[in-house]
Amino acid sequence: MTVTAPGRVELTALTTGDGTPLKLALAQATRRARRRAFLLVCPLLLFVLVTFAVPIAQMLYLSINNPIFSQHMPRLTAYLQANPVRGVPGEEGFAALALDLIDAKKNRTAARVGVRINYARAGSISLFKSTARKVRKLTGPPYREKLLKINEDWADLHLWRVMERASSSHTLSFYAAAIDLTYDLDGNLVQVEPERRIYVLLFIRTWVLSAVIAFLCLLLGYPVAHLLATLPLRYSNLLMIMVLLPFWTSLLVRTTSWIALLQSQGVINDLLVLLGIVGEEGRVQMMYNQLGTIVAMTHILLPFMILPLYSVMKTIPPDYVRAARSLGATPLTAFLKVYFPQSVPGIGAGFLLVFILAIGYYITPALVGGSSGQLISNQIAFHMQISLNWSLAAALGAILLFGVVLIYWLYDRLIGIDNMKLG
Amino acid sequence: MNMSRLMASTVLVASISLGAFGVSAGEITVMSWGGAYTKSQVEAYHKPWMAKTGNKLKSVDAPNPAAPIKAQVIAKNVSIDVADVEFSDAVRLCDEGLLETIDASQLPAAPDGTPAIKDFIDGALTECAVASIVWSTIYAYDHTKFKGKKPATMADFFDTEKFPGKRGMRKGAKANLEMALMGDGVPAADVYKLLGTKAGVKRAFRKLDQIKKDVVWWDAGAQPPQLLADGEVAMTTAYNGRIFGAAVGEGKPFTIVWDGQILDLDLFVIPKGAPNKDLALDFIKFSTDTQRLADQSKYIAYGPARKSSAALVGLYQDGKTKMGPHMPTAPDNMKNALLSSLEFWADHDSELNERFNAWIAAN
Repeated sequence: MTVTAPGRVELTALTTGDGTPLKLALAQATRRARRRAFLLVCPLLLFVLVTFAVPIAQMLYLSINNPIFSQHMPRLTAYLQANPVRGVPGEEGFAALALDLIDAKKNRTAARVGVRINYARAGSISLFKSTARKVRKLTGPPYREKLLKINEDWADLHLWRVMERASSSHTLSFYAAAIDLTYDLDGNLVQVEPERRIYVLLFIRTWVLSAVIAFLCLLLGYPVAHLLATLPLRYSNLLMIMVLLPFWTSLLVRTTSWIALLQSQGVINDLLVLLGIVGEEGRVQMMYNQLGTIVAMTHILLPFMILPLYSVMKTIPPDYVRAARSLGATPLTAFLKVYFPQSVPGIGAGFLLVFILAIGYYITPALVGGSSGQLISNQIAFHMQISLNWSLAAALGAILLFGVVLIYWLYDRLIGIDNMKLG
Repeated sequence: MNMSRLMASTVLVASISLGAFGVSAGEITVMSWGGAYTKSQVEAYHKPWMAKTGNKLKSVDAPNPAAPIKAQVIAKNVSIDVADVEFSDAVRLCDEGLLETIDASQLPAAPDGTPAIKDFIDGALTECAVASIVWSTIYAYDHTKFKGKKPATMADFFDTEKFPGKRGMRKGAKANLEMALMGDGVPAADVYKLLGTKAGVKRAFRKLDQIKKDVVWWDAGAQPPQLLADGEVAMTTAYNGRIFGAAVGEGKPFTIVWDGQILDLDLFVIPKGAPNKDLALDFIKFSTDTQRLADQSKYIAYGPARKSSAALVGLYQDGKTKMGPHMPTAPDNMKNALLSSLEFWADHDSELNERFNAWIAAN
């Protein structure tokens, strides 16, 4: 309690031994402490920046920026920027094209430009390559006539529209491709042909399967976590090791052991046949389909559900449930009204953790998913490693990232992120 | 912490490691396809080259080396010196400026003095690549699984009523679409003409639809013999050398069906910016001489890419199996064979694979 003394107006400022005002000295000291703290965190901050923030930013940039065309076809790019395509251009446009192709032949970049155009118009790789092989014929004007003589596809209006879009290095066309859209002849966004639609289906499948897996993990993990939290120490330690042991085992080993167990000539099917439950002909297909993906991923991600649940349940005092029981609650009521609400932060953390890990998984579905168990991450890997359409891979990855951020935001809105406990 | 001592020890450690690096400079990294194929290269090329030159060679594997090469060169972080790639990939990567050029006139001549350019079979030398083998995609079955009539034609592969059981196929458009058309009765000579049209592609996918629910998809060449051996599939497409290795080398009950086989070449290439370009070239020159190419057929049933090697092809490493009839190029095996079209796949690879992926992902 403070007592004010209205009579005393003069207050001599407090000073330290060497005469500096105490306030200033304190400010200096805290600043020094803060600086030291910052220096301590600095390595981690730099590490996170270099290995996490920068690559993600680069990836996001890659999804809207593809300079291959403008870089290797500078004259044509300038022409297309100045003259919007209304029909197949005249001599001026073809001259720019021809001169760029001559340079491209020299620099061996014609095929690379062809690949870029091929994303939107099949058959363009060979058009660019075969024309580049014959640039010797392009000694001088009229270029239009000469190019059309080499290959009449150069008069294709669709090709020119695609080149026009590719000429601006910043584009949203990869995002369009990532949700199965493409540009038609008039430049409107339309769905691609039914037999080429894939990404929307895979996004939906990825989200649904991830939710199913997270839910299965919760169903299987909740009782285990409860046991872990309530058993006497010597039993719970043993149980803990059993939970952690698979966690320490390589992902590939666990996935391949599921293959050994579940394949149609595998252990489980052999057992079923031996017991006479199914005949030799009726072996159950449990692998190379969605079921395989769900089973293997649920097993692999289970520890990520159990550990946060356990750490939350450990802090729930057993007295509360006992008190509820002594006041006449049935075991079920006591659980639902007293225990369960207190474990919700762990459920939230575990569910979110498993869900987010699941939507990015690709090795396990690649190995055990067959065709129906493939996820969007397998397509991202395909475009990163095989087709090397990195811009499309980046766009697919960015959509996935936005989805995760959305989930996080929704969770914060509905339950509150403060309420989540990871351990 | 004594700063100058720290500095001194850092410099010391750095110079030692640099010194160590200098000593082991004669090392190249060679990327291939793994399994029995890599093993045959290790025996026929890698070991003799290391013994002759004293250099070291690190062998690494990938399901298809063309993909990591392209990624490495684009990312400007190349660690591979020599890679073994398919024909269409060799041409495509070269066209995209991702490979070093190889001057074919530097390659050793045949023993009788025929220059290399004349000695290699047609198409085996390109601007950036030197072929080593002729290989083939075939289908094979476990003959203990079919008691009565045995599969004999491409159509039988797609006929799950006559020959019930799961099928193994490579997860990719290449070879599968051609086989689908041949299985639908299209003669080998017309396959690419038809596949270049919308209707042809549709027909191929319709054929694949018939067996889609029975297919187990594989990625790496070592998988199909494993799938057959596990009884996971009744028949599977595969690279002929892998099946030969399992059947003759390990005594597995596998039989190859040569009808509708798809021939291809494998070539050595040097990625652009390879760290040890000169050694890489030396390795390629050594490995593609007449004797070495013939040596490889001792370990795997792929045909040598030099004409002069054919006479030197003899027995399998077991010392009793004649390799001749097991080669994809043996006259008996060539009755209905298709030569993989590099132009077609260079053009339609991304489009058809995209469509194939969409087809495979849809239920």
